[in-house]
Order: sequence, then structure tokens, then C-alpha cells
Amino acid sequence: MNRIAECFELKRQKGQKALIPYMMGGYPTLPDSAAALEILAEAGADLIEVGVPFSDPLADGPVIQAAGQQALANGCTLDRLMKELGPVVKGLPVPAVMMVYYNIIYQRGIRRFVEEIRDNGFAGLIVPDLPPEEAEELQKAGLECGIGLSFLVAPTSTPQRIATASRCSTGFIYAVSLKGVTGARDHLPPDLPEFLQRIRSQSDKPVAVGFGIAQPWQGQTVAQMADGIIVGSAVIQRMAGENGLKEAGMFLREMRQAIDR
Amino acid sequence: MSHPKEWYFGEYGGRFVPETLMPALEELDAAYRRYAGDPDFNRELTELYREYSGRPTPLYYAERFSKELGKGRVYLKREDLNHTGAHKINNTLGQILLAKRMGKKRIVAETGAGQHGVATATVAAKFGMECVIYMGEVDMARQALNVFRMKLLGAEVRPVTSGSRTLKDAGNEALRDWVAHVDDTYFLFGSVAGPHPYPVIVRDFQSIIGKETKEQILAKAGKLPDYVVACVGGGSNAMGIFHPFIHDREVRLIGVEAAGRGLATGEHAASLGMGKPGIFQGAKSYLLMDDDGQIKEAYSISAGLDYPGVGPEHSWLKDSGRAVYQSVTDEEALEAFKYLSLTEGIIPALESAHAVAAGMKIASGLKEGQICVINISGRGDKDIFTVAKETGVSL
Repeated sequence: MNRIAECFELKRQKGQKALIPYMMGGYPTLPDSAAALEILAEAGADLIEVGVPFSDPLADGPVIQAAGQQALANGCTLDRLMKELGPVVKGLPVPAVMMVYYNIIYQRGIRRFVEEIRDNGFAGLIVPDLPPEEAEELQKAGLECGIGLSFLVAPTSTPQRIATASRCSTGFIYAVSLKGVTGARDHLPPDLPEFLQRIRSQSDKPVAVGFGIAQPWQGQTVAQMADGIIVGSAVIQRMAGENGLKEAGMFLREMRQAIDR
Repeated sequence: MSHPKEWYFGEYGGRFVPETLMPALEELDAAYRRYAGDPDFNRELTELYREYSGRPTPLYYAERFSKELGKGRVYLKREDLNHTGAHKINNTLGQILLAKRMGKKRIVAETGAGQHGVATATVAAKFGMECVIYMGEVDMARQALNVFRMKLLGAEVRPVTSGSRTLKDAGNEALRDWVAHVDDTYFLFGSVAGPHPYPVIVRDFQSIIGKETKEQILAKAGKLPDYVVACVGGGSNAMGIFHPFIHDREVRLIGVEAAGRGLATGEHAASLGMGKPGIFQGAKSYLLMDDDGQIKEAYSISAGLDYPGVGPEHSWLKDSGRAVYQSVTDEEALEAFKYLSLTEGIIPALESAHAVAAGMKIASGLKEGQICVINISGRGDKDIFTVAKETGVSL
């Protein structure tokens, strides 16, 4: 069992749900993003998702787009990101997974990329623009290097596609809660329970729900239906100010309390 | 899991998009397969081409241009004479018929120079569909005339402020809109790029250019051309005129990219000439990027060529050697723009002027009896202000 699967199994045994914050490597600055890893872990994260900034992030809304642009403007290259975050990731009490657009993996070389993130302590990969049909080589490298892969399923996914994504995922399945890009919403999609039912009928893997979860009540509601929740833009937003990292930590604590209630 | 072969041209193409869009692309693919060979669909499209857009467009023998330059004959495929002034409408008419049959109510599209946006707004108006066009803020300032045209046609033009605020970012934003409104919205993509099946759909609708050219040149000259020349940004007009000639090995296919201020300056849009294969906006193809794979901004005097990617079929044609890709600088394109205006009384779009510039070099080396066809993909009215500014004239 890989570290991601173990993490979900442990939560299940405790009767708890996994809290997965998303942060952007290199944002607000590279050293701050390294510090953020530890702060988020301390604040109750079970798994941390680390975004790699990309010039053309198709699946992301304005908050994560802007964070990525700032990280790139700060000179956050892949090498610098690994160098700065790698040692911290290795020392974390919880696993970290990388969220990265496929061109960055492809340019580095698929096998080399997977080896590098393994050597830097990452446990898994999420690639938002890579459907299972295009993932053959990455799956092979992931299996050989012990890097978990989480595929995304969306409310538009057919039962057959959900089954495929589940079969190809090692670790957890990433359920995109809504039709749209990342970003805070003030409501939950009304068809979410039905969507999660559809996933459960096709899959026995842990399901983490992301996109649009920004407030503790939303986290609490979704956590009752899923195995974990992913909170991205709402975390990033709080990192912007002067005491940003502290505020992000406080926010995550609130979210933790809400989902453990 | 592996991908179906038909998503690819050799090793280029594919479908690299968020999962939300995968079922929508499957739906589009199924609809296209169903209607591509449907007699009613094709009858309606052919009639629109004829009655609405003014097809067939002429294949015009540019006599003065030919004789001043060399011994051969140069023909111009007059896509500039289409309704809305460019080849873009060949594709938007086809896709709007598809959207209508798929029961979609709302159209979204990206635009760079505004030609595809205008062609999309035009067909949306004609078919009474809601239309949202995404356009980079920078392009909106450069092409204010086209922004106003789109608004007159009833489209909402949404400024894109992310990234480089040009065509690539408009494409991202249109895709994001589609992700959010996938049930009732049709994404009317304007080039032979993007995820499968767009490169196939757009190429098929644009290949009316090449089909007509082939018939016309056989009727006029009794032989196939020795050269077919077209400009390449995303590559839709080039793919449209190349495609029917691909199996005619004696016809040399020449694609012309924008060398901007010069390939050595880094300010250009020569994805095939200077780029590497990578994944961008849903497909694997040549593109301009840094070592990490961050997409670079492209530059060209012509907003329609100013794109860091290119259609995957062009990448395949390049690697296989079936088509040859050259590039032309801003300066050479401006020279060609003026030359065609003065010798033939035809003001080409700056995009097409790149093809004209390459065509001039070819024309000067033609032997007697040889034929070169240049695709004049659009007319130059939209570029008058840019050309005036570049040549130091204030209007």
C-alpha cells in the first residue's frame, strides 16, 4: 500500500475524513511556500497538494491563476521548486502530492520527472489536463517508482469513465465537485450527493472532493459524503496578506474542526 | 490506458483536457461523425457557402505580379472575397450547423485578430444563438474595429486579462467557459489546433479551399500547381488548402510562419521553425516554450499569426517532410503587402502577406510553365492602421 492509500486507510479506521489543502509552490515566495508546507501540516492537513506554477493553467480559476503567475514572475522554476521544497517535503509528518500540468512533466521527460519527485519526497501526482487515455507512460513510470496517480472525475463523467479513472488511480480519486474551474463558491452543487453516489457505485477507492469548497460549512457537508476534501483557492487567498501563512493556518484549523465535528 | 489512434497525426494531436470536457469532446466527435457524411447537412452547408459567403472564391491569375517576378504563373486563391473578409467563415458556418443539430443554445469562441470572432459572431447572429467571444485585452486595443463589428453582430466580447492577454489566453478562457457551461454551450474553435476532434473538424470544413483550388487550376491550366503557399499561425487556412493536395506528391506544400522581428531576436511566432513538441491547449504539437515547458508569448506584426502553438497535423507534415515550413519577417510581410497592393490592386491581410512574401521568392525562381498558388486568406482592411503606423503615416 502506498503512503496515500495508507493515509486514507488510517483516517477510515479513526472514522475521520482527510483534509487536503492545496498550495502553490513558489507562492507567495519560494521560501514562504516551503514554510507553508509545515504550517499546513501543523494546522491539521492529512495530505498536502502542491501546485507547480504553469503559464496556461486550463483547469484553474482566477485565484490560482494569479498565484501561479506571481510564482513564475518570482522566478520559480521546476529546479528551484524541487530544491527549496524537497527537503521540507521529506521531513513532513504527512504525505505531499504534486499537482502539475502535463507539459511540465513531458518537457522534463516522464520517467525522469517521476523519479525526481520521488527523490524529493512526494508521494503522488495529479495532472489536471491528462485523462486516462493519454496517461499510459505516466502510469507505468508511477507504478515503477511508487508514485501514486490520482485521476479526476467530473459531474459530466459517464459511469464507464468513472470506472476507468478509478481503475487507473493509485491512492485516491479526485472528484471535481462542479462543472467549472477551481475557485471559491458560496454554495454547493445541488447534484453533488447524486454524483458521489455514482462514483461509489463504480469505485471502492477513497474519494476526495475538490473545487469550490471554501467555507467550513461546505467542508463539513462534503466530508459527510466523501473520504476527503480538497481546499485550494480559499487557502491561497489567505496567503496573500502580510500574515498570510498564519492566516492560512488558522483557516485550515477551522476547516479541520468543521469536518471533525 | 492508451489512446485511440484516430486522435493522432503520427505522434501529434491527442486530447489533453480536464476530465469535465472529455465527455463533451466525445459527444462532439459522435455528432461530427454522424453529420460529416449526411446529405442534408452537406446540402445546407454548400448552400450557405454559395448564397451567404459567396463561394466558390475565385482562383485569380495574378498576371502583373507573375510577369514582374519571373517566368511562371502565380494564382491567388481569393479567400479574402468571402463574407466577413477571410477564410474563417468556412469553418464557423460548418460548426454552427453542427452546434444547431447538437441542440446547443450558446456559442463561445476565442479570437486573436478578431477575424474568427467576427466570423463566429456573424453565424451566431444568422442562426439566432447567444454568442460570447473571448479576446485578449492587448488584442482588443490593437483590433478595436473588429471588437465593434462583433458587438454590432450581437456578440458579447469579454476582455481577457490573464497571462499575456492575447490569443492563447483567450483560448484558455474560452475553454474555461466551456468547462463551466458544457451542457448548453458549443465551443466554436477557430483553428486546426486544440483537442481531437477539432483539428479534424476545422481542417475538413476549411478543405473547401483546397478542393476548389484543385478543380479551378485543372480547369484553367490543365495541371496541378507546382507550389501551394499559405501562412501558418494555428494553421487553418494552410491545412484547408494543403489537405486535398497531400496525396499529389508533385505539389510542393509551403507553410509560412511569422518570423516577427527576426528568428534570432526571439520575437517571432515560428512554432514549427523554432519550437519543440509539447502539450498546449489540448494537443501535442510543436510550440514555443522555455526549458520547463512554460508557454512563451509569440510575436508578429499580424495578430492572426501571433500564436505560440500550431495545429498537430502541421507538426506531422513537417516531420514527414510532406510540407515545408519557412518564415517571413514583419518587414518582408509589409513589403509584400505593398507589392501585391501595387501590382494587382489587392490589399491582403498582414497574415496573408506572409504567404505573399514567400510566394514572391518562389515566383522569381519559377520556370516557364510552372505554377504557384498563394492562398490569400483574408483582406487587409483590418490592418490599414497597423500598416500606416509601421510606415510612419498618421491617419
